[in-house]
Amino acid sequence: MNRPASRLPAIVEQHQKEVLTEWLNNQMSSGNWRAGRLQESQLRDESQRFLALFTKAVQEGLEFDARSPQWADVREFLSELSRSRATQGFTPSQVATFVFSLKQAIFRRVAESLKSEPAALASTLWDATLVLDALGLYTTELFQQAREQLIARQQEELIELSTPVVQLWEGVLALPLIGTLDSERTQVVMESLLERLVATGSSIAVIDITGVPTVDTLVAQHLLKTVAAAQLMGADCIISGIRPQIAQTIVHLGIDLSAVATKASLADAFALALKRRGLTVGRAAPLGD
Amino acid sequence: MERIPILKLENVLLVSIQVDMHDQLALALQDDLTQKIVATRCRAVLIDISALEMVDSFMGRMLGNIASMSRILDAQTVVVGMRPAVAITLVELGLALPGIRTALSVDAGLALLREVLERPDESADVE
Repeated sequence: MNRPASRLPAIVEQHQKEVLTEWLNNQMSSGNWRAGRLQESQLRDESQRFLALFTKAVQEGLEFDARSPQWADVREFLSELSRSRATQGFTPSQVATFVFSLKQAIFRRVAESLKSEPAALASTLWDATLVLDALGLYTTELFQQAREQLIARQQEELIELSTPVVQLWEGVLALPLIGTLDSERTQVVMESLLERLVATGSSIAVIDITGVPTVDTLVAQHLLKTVAAAQLMGADCIISGIRPQIAQTIVHLGIDLSAVATKASLADAFALALKRRGLTVGRAAPLGD
Repeated sequence: MERIPILKLENVLLVSIQVDMHDQLALALQDDLTQKIVATRCRAVLIDISALEMVDSFMGRMLGNIASMSRILDAQTVVVGMRPAVAITLVELGLALPGIRTALSVDAGLALLREVLERPDESADVE
């Protein structure tokens, strides 16, 4: 397709100030920016920077390319924007509107400048639509990525948080498990338990599953793996906190837990652990008056 | 040829594996250890693998073999100092080393061996 050079870059550059004012007004009146805790001055600053970068980039061509150095500054700005919007809790459409709302302001300038040339007007509008749509979609994509990263990080933190290994007594560790056990979590649980076993020189570990909502064959298999790994290192495991329903489920599923000592409550397991260590707990002699 | 030293400490044979095991070395160790058990009439073997960073199924089987051979010669085996990563690998490989006693450290292993040897019926109760 061969057509005369687009007039868009020149128009945007010439009317940058008016475009910015109108764009800001549009954004303010739409109320989008108020959704997060965005300051008006921040929005103004962001809009101004984006428009400056955009104006600079379009001077060299209108094709948006996610890899070309021409758009590097714009891309960097947009990724920063998406990240900050993602953490502030904006919705995808609110973020995309940031770019799309620029259209109206630019279209009006273009229409005014090319009033007498319908053909040039149409092609210029088309150019503006293409490049702004590409930028808007790119922003949404970045926003999505930023959200996904956020979720992944929170998931990791959740896993770390929910697998504390505590020392009950000298040589006795406890691992209170809360939440569903999947393969990934079992790996983290296993590693942290085994590392603590070495670090504290403990020979007994109590795995408490009071907080595990369901036990199926997979969870049982994960538990038994942990027990086997601890045994390989020379530590014994006791599984405690088995609720009545779970005991029934385990038997119905035909899971063999006979290789492991099991107790109904953490207290029972602790008593057994102390016994194995050759310790007893007794009532102190009553204090004489 | 490279060999793994076997030390006699009181009535315990102490084997500390400090290098990467390969097949030849493992077979030589089995050979040496069985001969040494017979020669010294020791009834306890302690294998320290705390320096071992990697294991494969061959290594797992070899440990199992050594334990079985020792048992036939009336000696008890304890494997000590297995690293967490190694333990996880063995479990994932499905090699839970049945019939092998384990302990966290050399100290704990010696205590366990003493306890087992002093028991009147020491052949029973191998988990």
